Amino acid sequence: MTTLIETIAGVPVASRLGQALLARAEILRLSEAAHDAVLLPREPGGLSHGLRAALAARMCRHVGDEALTAHYESYLAHASDLDLATLARPDGVCGDPLHDAMARHTDLLTLSPREATRQDIVSLKAAGASEADIVRLSELAAFVNYQLRVLAGLKLLKEVEAR
Amino acid sequence: MSEIVHSFTVTIPIWSPYVTPVELASATSEQLAAMKVTPSNKGVSPYVLTLAHDPESLAVRSPLFNLIMYGKDGLSPAERELGALSASVVNRCIYCAAVHASRFISYSGRNDVVEEIFADERDATLEARQQALFNFATKLSTTPIEASADDARALGEAGLSELEQIDLVLSAAIFGWANRLMHTLGEPLARQEAP
Repeated sequence: MTTLIETIAGVPVASRLGQALLARAEILRLSEAAHDAVLLPREPGGLSHGLRAALAARMCRHVGDEALTAHYESYLAHASDLDLATLARPDGVCGDPLHDAMARHTDLLTLSPREATRQDIVSLKAAGASEADIVRLSELAAFVNYQLRVLAGLKLLKEVEAR
Repeated sequence: MSEIVHSFTVTIPIWSPYVTPVELASATSEQLAAMKVTPSNKGVSPYVLTLAHDPESLAVRSPLFNLIMYGKDGLSPAERELGALSASVVNRCIYCAAVHASRFISYSGRNDVVEEIFADERDATLEARQQALFNFATKLSTTPIEASADDARALGEAGLSELEQIDLVLSAAIFGWANRLMHTLGEPLARQEAP
């Protein structure tokens, strides 16, 4: 089965890069399993599947990956919590203090993680986030940034090989 | 109270979480499985105990991380560590940089490379192959992503095979993940001098 990263990266299987990627099939499979664990967990805690999809789309827009944005938008379209859809835009707010605080934290982790401090975790707690939800939110932001960078890297390698 | 470490170093600090780690004694069976706790392996770090708040993610990330950093063939172990170090410098994860600079040195024996990177960070001047790796991996780690086709082409020109290039993408990217946990969920504290 083709994984999401392979579908979006679109590396031709017959190319040298495509053949090399076959040697990393298990990494792609585990990356897909990580996607499922972070976007569609069995135990979502305080981060519904809809909220996760909205925040993922928001991060993809920050980095500028249209195909991955569309993927998470399609998840969001199937979610029932429509009030969260505004969070999928980079500057969007939904009016709920906790969800808006979570959106600001995903912005920080995507745009300038080096600037993160203890105070950012204090702010999340003050907005009502549980400690488990803070870890869930961090894993979501960290995973989507991993996925965005794998895709960006593979696309660049593909572009160079195609010339 | 130990001092917070703010500068890059090869002396591995103590990682101190901002959230309360899961207590081993009250961990669920799913959390224990995700942490790989067995009757013979009860040594679990505060970092892993913190991530155990989200056992579904932890259970998948650990094997993924190990395969990217320690899997066979492709990019050498030292150069995977250089990819990890590049991301950690951009994201300023002092703890990750210390661990993976140390591993880079133990694989390669090249303290001088780490000294140069810690001194000049993204402006570091390295040998051609290392420079190509470092430039690509650091530029893949920024937001917006600065890496260009020219940076990617430089990898091939420096002699990296397709598989090695993929492994560099993966090692930098997995530290885009690790840095965003380690640097944002806790802080590095200086180890106390032995009395």
